Amino acid sequence: MSLQAALAIAAKDVKIFFNDRRALLFTLAAPIVIATFFGFLSSGGGSGEKVKIPVLVVDEDGSSVSKSIFDGLLKDEALGCGASTETGAREAVRKGKATVGIIIPKGFGDASAKALFGGEKRPELILLYDPSHWGEMGMVRGLLTQHVMEAVSREAFNGAAGRKAIKDSLASVATSTTLKPEDKSALTKMLKSVANWQERLEATQGNESQEARGLGIPFDAKEEAVTSGSGVAYNGYAHSFAGMAIQFILFAAIDLGAGVLLERQRGLWKRLRSAPVSRFTLLVGKALSGAAISLFCLAGTFGFAMIFLKVRIHGSAIGFAAICLCSAVMAASFGLMIAALGRTQAATRGISALAVLMLAMLGGGWVPSFIFPAWMQRVTLIIPTRWAIDGLDGVTWRGLGLGYALQCAAVVLLFAVLFGLVALWRFRWEEE
Amino acid sequence: MLEGCGLNKSYGTLKAAEGISLSLVPGQILGLLGPNGAGKTTTVSMLAGLMAPDSGEVLVDGRPMKGDSDPAKAMIGLVPQELALVDELSAGDNLAFFGALYGMRGKKLREAVEKALGFVGLEERSKDRVSSFSGGMKRRLNLAASLLHDPPVLLLDEPTVGVDPQSRNAIFDNLGALKEQGKAMLYTTHYMEEAERLCDRIQIMDHGKTIAEGTLRDLSALLPATSRLLLELKERGGREWLPELLKLPGVQSASEEEGTLSVTLRDLPTGAPEVLAWLSSKGVAYTHMSSERAGLEEVFLALTGKGLRDS
Ligand SMILES: Nc1ncnc2c1ncn2[C@@H]1O[C@H](COP(=O)(O)OP(=O)(O)OP(=O)(O)O)[C@@H](O)[C@H]1O
Ligand SMILES: [Mg+2]
Repeated sequence: MSLQAALAIAAKDVKIFFNDRRALLFTLAAPIVIATFFGFLSSGGGSGEKVKIPVLVVDEDGSSVSKSIFDGLLKDEALGCGASTETGAREAVRKGKATVGIIIPKGFGDASAKALFGGEKRPELILLYDPSHWGEMGMVRGLLTQHVMEAVSREAFNGAAGRKAIKDSLASVATSTTLKPEDKSALTKMLKSVANWQERLEATQGNESQEARGLGIPFDAKEEAVTSGSGVAYNGYAHSFAGMAIQFILFAAIDLGAGVLLERQRGLWKRLRSAPVSRFTLLVGKALSGAAISLFCLAGTFGFAMIFLKVRIHGSAIGFAAICLCSAVMAASFGLMIAALGRTQAATRGISALAVLMLAMLGGGWVPSFIFPAWMQRVTLIIPTRWAIDGLDGVTWRGLGLGYALQCAAVVLLFAVLFGLVALWRFRWEEE
Repeated sequence: MLEGCGLNKSYGTLKAAEGISLSLVPGQILGLLGPNGAGKTTTVSMLAGLMAPDSGEVLVDGRPMKGDSDPAKAMIGLVPQELALVDELSAGDNLAFFGALYGMRGKKLREAVEKALGFVGLEERSKDRVSSFSGGMKRRLNLAASLLHDPPVLLLDEPTVGVDPQSRNAIFDNLGALKEQGKAMLYTTHYMEEAERLCDRIQIMDHGKTIAEGTLRDLSALLPATSRLLLELKERGGREWLPELLKLPGVQSASEEEGTLSVTLRDLPTGAPEVLAWLSSKGVAYTHMSSERAGLEEVFLALTGKGLRDS
């Protein structure tokens, strides 16, 4: 193999690439713009500020229970809470201005305290919701349960409504005909102890020293996104840039493949073949230019992400370089394979663009592969882009080490060799 | 210098070259003449090592060419039928690239590029992109690109196709100079005027086979007819007498195209008066008359029964 000839071929293609503003724009600006957009979406606006779910509360009850439910919802950080009337809430939900409307009907305070100790029919809360935000509705329901539970139980154990509820419950237990005698005596005992507790509380009520507490969920969830280390937030840009950079180096590879077909059409390939240069040298020259252009694209897009969007390599930097290098080589040999299998450059471009989009999509370039169903996560392991993107995710925001990176890089390189072999095997060398 | 011996090449069932043998000699141009699809490009491709013949051999300086990276390939300069240039690069960059493929570099490469551009008269346009060139300029650059490594053998596949007369003459002058330098050249064309004007020897191909070869004079001797009489007729239409004219003893062939009657004659001194007398007896008037030596067109017509460009 003649290195000088291979380098001359590569240098020529790289020169053409940099002379061509359209190509430059497409390989660099396009992935940056698209990845920034996707990254922006997946980082929730990028500022780390959580989006509050807009909720409207209609308090038709006006009891101390309903007031304390409203207070609880108002203080909840996940919700953007406001008061409204029923018609106002319906209108707002229908227009999408509020995600959920909560109606607390008249008599809810009284009835709920009684329902806590069984017996009575449970009162209803009415939830109006926007069907396009089904997921958020689930979250609101959970939070609502927590706040209602706290408010109602506080009232039941401390408030006037609670005392009344206990009295009424004692009476209904005593006159009950359905309860067994043992159950009756056990229930009466329990209700009497609660009444006793209420009296004691009332006696000390004057100084208000004790904070009135109700029943709550017996734990506080402390949420922490597991990324490269505590204190480092998930950066949606890291993933979107990995996906788009890989997609666009494959697009650049199509240019390489179509370029070879065009050179053949133009007769330029004849001139290359008439020189005392081996076939292998010609392919290596082409592969070199493809890899160089891909590396440039990777460096450009990630450089932008690092400077402007705080994307960092929290894992192995050498691993990052290895994955980029292997991905660039893979893209180049993918381009050669296109040149080997394609006929005319126009037809080849169409088909291979479709193939690249599929590879990017299934490789997790558009939506992260961890969102895929389990079977799809397994199946897509046979796609090189999956390994490249997982690898880049790994060394950036997941903060994984060299071992993991080299494993991904090796698989990508294996695909590069595979594509290269197909290219060598199917390349049409005979010139008319 | 370069020899092809019994070259055969088929594309599927189509035999594009059958038993083609030819030999290039320093300081001489061999013309390979044939209509579209005769197999000229196929033959050139085998000679340049772009494709292996199905059977037969290509010898460079008496030795068979082995493989793609055989250094003997550097003895050959190929001018492809297509404009084999990188449109996106400047003329100078194009040539520098082709030179690098032959292992040239540095000062030697720069000088070779300058010399080749100067040779075809494009030194002023060295820095301009090829895409801004005219068709004729591209053709000249296409020739220059084959000269960088100063090969002793040149294979020129229709180097003047689609070119204006000015550029064509410039290229012809270049080829004359290269011949002077002692290059061994192969020139393919389907214009017999070009072959007649440039070539020392001519090989005529049709349907993949050599149907005649020799110097222009050798080939003319193949023809019973030696001269052609051309008459510009006064009136158009009404040529019912043409078949009768063909029956005259000295007349080889006769045809009429756009008011010009063309009659090939075995012998001009005896045939011409006979034809002219016959025409006046039929009342056919003409405004102008000339004669010319029968050329390759007639040779081809005589050998194949068809014109060079009406295949
Ligand atoms: N790659 C190919 N596959 C199949 N057939 C081919 C191929 N290349 C050439 N041919 C056929 O081989 C025959 C010879 O083609 P070739 O190009 O050698 O002719 P040519 O004399 O150079 O013609 P032209 O004057 O048009 O350049 C033609 O019939 C052509 O259709
Ligand atoms: Mg041809």
